[in-house]
Amino acid sequence: MIQWRNEIRQTAKGLAFLSPWLIGFAVFMALPIGLSLYLSFCDYPLLQPPVFVGLRNYHAMLHDSVFWESLRNTGYYALLTLPAGMIIAIGAALLLNSRVRGISIYRAIIFLPSLVPLVASSMVWLWLFNSRLGLINTVLRYLGVAHPPGWLTTTQWAMPSLAIMSFWGLGNTIVIYLAGLQDVPKELYEAAEIDGASPARQLWHVTLPGISPVIFFNLIMAIIGVVQNFTVPYVMTQGGPDRVTYLFTMYLYDNAFSFLHMGYASAMAWVELLMVLILTGVAFWSSRHWVHYQGK
Amino acid sequence: MAEKLPVNMVSTDLLRGNFPAAAEASQGPAAPPESPPGPARHISRRILSHALLLMASLLALVPFLWLLDTSFKTESSATQYPPTLIPAPFRWQNYVNLFSERQYHMLLWARNSLTIAVLVVLGTTISSAFVAYGFAKIRFRGRGVLFALMLSTMMIPFPVTMVSMFIIFKWLGDYTGIAWLGTFRPLWVPYWFGSAFSIFLLRQFFITIPDELSEAARIDGCSELGIFFRIVLPLARPALSVVALFAFLGVWNDFLGPLVYLQHSHQFTLALGLDAFQSQLGGSQWNLLMAASVLVILPVVILFFIAQRTFIEGIATTGIKG
Repeated sequence: MIQWRNEIRQTAKGLAFLSPWLIGFAVFMALPIGLSLYLSFCDYPLLQPPVFVGLRNYHAMLHDSVFWESLRNTGYYALLTLPAGMIIAIGAALLLNSRVRGISIYRAIIFLPSLVPLVASSMVWLWLFNSRLGLINTVLRYLGVAHPPGWLTTTQWAMPSLAIMSFWGLGNTIVIYLAGLQDVPKELYEAAEIDGASPARQLWHVTLPGISPVIFFNLIMAIIGVVQNFTVPYVMTQGGPDRVTYLFTMYLYDNAFSFLHMGYASAMAWVELLMVLILTGVAFWSSRHWVHYQGK
Repeated sequence: MAEKLPVNMVSTDLLRGNFPAAAEASQGPAAPPESPPGPARHISRRILSHALLLMASLLALVPFLWLLDTSFKTESSATQYPPTLIPAPFRWQNYVNLFSERQYHMLLWARNSLTIAVLVVLGTTISSAFVAYGFAKIRFRGRGVLFALMLSTMMIPFPVTMVSMFIIFKWLGDYTGIAWLGTFRPLWVPYWFGSAFSIFLLRQFFITIPDELSEAARIDGCSELGIFFRIVLPLARPALSVVALFAFLGVWNDFLGPLVYLQHSHQFTLALGLDAFQSQLGGSQWNLLMAASVLVILPVVILFFIAQRTFIEGIATTGIKG
C-alpha cells in the first residue's frame, strides 16, 4: 500500500518535470501532425474553411508532374551528395586523425565552414560560382579551361554545383567521424599489425567496422537532411534553371505559402514524413548486416 | 528500444571534457593506427599528411578569403574582369554603409536576430534542463517509453509540421485576438517547451552525476526542485553551455522558420534579411552583399574561437557510442 502510494508520487514527480516537454510534444508535434493528416483530406485555400474531399489530394499527387519532378530532383541530389559526402567526410576524418604537428589548427579550419549560416554560405557560393567573375571559373580559366561551366545557371551543372557546395559544410559530420575513429580500440590495430595486415586491409577490416555505428548515425542524419533540404536551393537558384533544382520541400512550401493549397501541402507534408520514416526504417533494417557494436 | 539508437550511446567522458580532438596537448591514448616502424617511411608519411591537410585546409579557407576580399572592394573593382586578388582601393566604407544607410535595415535585422536568439537560448536551456532532470533522476513507470518517443521526434523534419503549425498560429490569432503570425512569438515560444536534442544531451550528462549527492540532499530535507537547482544545475554547467551554444547556432542559422512566420521586412532576422538584401541588389554590388554576409557569419566565428572546446565536445558527443 505504502509502496503503491510511493510509486504514484514518483510518477507525479516525474511527469511534473517532464511537463514542459509533454505539453510541447502535444501542441507542437502531435497536434500539427494530426491536423495535417486531417487537412490532407481537405480542400483548404486558407481564406475559406476547409472542405473534406477524401483522397482527392493524394489522387491529384499521382498525376502532378511537378510533384514527381521535385521528388526526382531530391533523389538526384541525394545520389550526388550522400555517397560522395560520406567518402569525403571519412577521408577527411582519417586525415585529421593523424598525429602531426598543428593538427588542432587543421581541425579547426576544416570544421569552420560548417558553422556558417546556410543563407550566408549561399551568398558566398553564388559569388564563387558566378560564371564570369567567380573565383572558380577564374581559376579554371587560369588553368587553361577555355569554356568553364556556367555552374548554377545551366541545367546540367546546377545540381552538381549545390552538391559541391554541400561538401564544404561537412565539418560537423567530420568531427563526429573523428570522434568515432578515436574510439576504435588500439588493440585491434596492434593485432592486425602483428598479423601483417596492410594499411588498406586495416582500414577495411578494422577501421570501417569500428566506426560503423557512427557511419550509421551520420547516414540517418544525412537522409533526414536531404529530404528537408530547402534553404540553399531556395536562396541560390529558386529551384531553377528550368526547375532542375526544385526540391520536394520547396514544392511543399510553394503549395502552402505561394499557392495557398493548404490541403495539398498537408498531404505533401505527410508524404515527407513517410519518406523519412521509410528511409530511416530501411537504414535501421539494413544496419544489422553492417553495423557492429563493440562489446556489450 | 531506446538503447538501439546510436545517439543514445554517448561516451559520457566526452561531455566532461576528455575529448582528445579538442586540444593537441590532450591527445592521450587515442594513438593513430598507421605509422609502421622505420624512420624513413615515418617522415615521408608525415610529409604526405601535411600536404593533404594543407590542401584540405586551403579548400576550406578559400571561400572565406574570397568573401573577405570582395567585401573590401569597391563595386567597380569587385566586378572588374578579370578579377583582381588584392582589394585596391581598400574600402572599409562598405561596412559603414550597411549600417548607416537606412534603406538596408541591417541594424534592425541584427537586433531582431539577437532578440529571438536570446529568447530561444534561454528557453531551450532552462526548459530542457528541467525535463532532462525528470528523465535522468526520477524513476517512474513509463519513463523509458517517453524517452524513446522523445528521441524519435528528433527525426521529424520541420517542414513536416510547418504547414499546420502556420495554420494553428493563424487560428490562435483569429480566435484569441492576440496575433502570432507576423510576430516573433512562433519563433521562440515553442523553445520554452524543451527541445528533444538538448534534453537528450543534458540527460546523458545528468545520469553521470552520482545519485549519492542527491540522496544526501534529500535526507537533509532538500526538495526535488532544490536538488535540481542547487546540486545538479551547478554541476552541469559545461553541458548547459553546449546546449546553449547549439541553440544559438540553430536559431542564428534558421531561415525557413522566419520565412514562414514573419511578414514585414522590418521584422526580418539577419538570415532572412540577407536573402531579401540579395534580391534588392539584384545581382549587383557583390561587395556590399559580401560585407553583409561577413556580418552574419562573424558572430558564429567569434563564438567558435571563444568556445572551441565546447563546440567540438558537443558535436562529438552527438554521434558517439561509448
